[in-house]
Amino acid sequence: MTQVRLDRAAPVALGVVVLAAWQGLVWAFQVPDYLLPGPVAILGAFFAAPRLLLGSLVSTLAVTFAALLAAALLGVAMALLMALSRIARAAIQPWAVVLQVTPIVAIAPLIIVLVGNPFISLVVCATIVAFFPVFANTVTGLEAVPPELLDLFRLHGAGRGRTLLLLRIPAAVPYFLSGLRISGGLALVGAVVAEFVAGSGGFASGLAYRILEAGYRLEIPRMFAALVLLAVAGIGINMGLGAFAGFALRRRGE
Amino acid sequence: MLRLDRIGRRFPGGVEALAGISLDLASGDFVALLGPSGCGKSTLLRLIAGLDPPDSGALAWAGGRPPAPGEIGFVFQDPTLLPWASAAANVGLPFRLHDPAPADAAALVDAALARVGLAGFANARPRQLSGGMRMRVSIARALVTRPRLLLMDEPFAALDEFTRHRLQEDLRALWREAGCTIVFVTHSVYEACFLARRIVLMTPRPGRIAREITADLPEGPARRLDPAYATLVATVSGAMTEVLRDAGETAG
Repeated sequence: MTQVRLDRAAPVALGVVVLAAWQGLVWAFQVPDYLLPGPVAILGAFFAAPRLLLGSLVSTLAVTFAALLAAALLGVAMALLMALSRIARAAIQPWAVVLQVTPIVAIAPLIIVLVGNPFISLVVCATIVAFFPVFANTVTGLEAVPPELLDLFRLHGAGRGRTLLLLRIPAAVPYFLSGLRISGGLALVGAVVAEFVAGSGGFASGLAYRILEAGYRLEIPRMFAALVLLAVAGIGINMGLGAFAGFALRRRGE
Repeated sequence: MLRLDRIGRRFPGGVEALAGISLDLASGDFVALLGPSGCGKSTLLRLIAGLDPPDSGALAWAGGRPPAPGEIGFVFQDPTLLPWASAAANVGLPFRLHDPAPADAAALVDAALARVGLAGFANARPRQLSGGMRMRVSIARALVTRPRLLLMDEPFAALDEFTRHRLQEDLRALWREAGCTIVFVTHSVYEACFLARRIVLMTPRPGRIAREITADLPEGPARRLDPAYATLVATVSGAMTEVLRDAGETAG
């Protein structure tokens, strides 16, 4: 129990120490805010315009969760298709890799122009970034079935559909949840990158837009405040999806 | 029940696993396939189960038709349970794999669990059970469809000595009660002698049948202490040594 408490307290303690050292150095060397604002100045910038920044956070999170949902649905659908058909597998696999290795920064302008709707274009960009982990993990999970269990299913005359439903899909759940957790972080990264590329021509309300805007105006503390909000959102998504995975697996008795 | 006629099997790559296996399985028999690791015992079991086809020879089932799904039970070396399903759901799995499931499926599951001594563990998940209990669930799953033929591939190999002895005794009792035919793969002379009515000795690869020894021991757990058991172990061990020596000379 004490060990668990220490494990939970350790990252918080490290954060406090780093923040204190950061603030101390900024004060000691009188670093101006436009070069490196301290935590106090960043906190001040947040409380100077909390509704603006939180509104931007909501906007970025809307893109992130829409992309995560789309990536999960698309990833699972593609993985199931690959598990059901060898031809589908041969057809999909190379294109999935193409999606993985294509830099989103390179194709985001094209997507934004082609799609037109700013929100949907940002979601498409973030979906492309978030798609691969959930897809690849689900594919791995659908295949990671003990051969003896497959033999047992064959012995009892189970067809491909029943094997998929009763064996492969339940076996893939932990892999899918693990992929979803990775994709959650990537969806946020994808949303921010797409907002950056879109700039003022995009949705014009996300945190990346606030970072760009604050940079142009040399409001560096606000820029950092937006960055902190992004980091907090990333940690929240990661922990939230981790807790969800733990809850789901515990409910299954694993 | 089943006649194997000069069965042969090659693995991809050309390695000959089995050669000229001829064997008769009578209804209600308990046969142990005994041989060194890699001699093709498990391959032979898979051929009997219909999981792999033979490359030569033929399997002739009594009545001319191979068993329907559920008429063969298979117990693997590992329990291979669904980790997300309860013991009862694992035992009832065969009923969900082919249609139609019997109307009394739930009662059959309960009976199978009770038969292996796990009546109070229907809702337990595999991770909550010990290794021996997981194997009992696996055996119950194989028995739940009341198979005519039960194939067991070294099911007790990974268990500790105490659990293994207990399960061996329980398996003998189950066999007498259920009246099905059992083919049991093992590389333990002691296990084969304790369990089986017929011990089939196999040569190292390619697996051939070298000898068949009939075991005639009194029933009950005390058979392990019976002088006839010690004699049988000595006989089978001696035959095994001869088989290995002959195989070595042939290879040499």
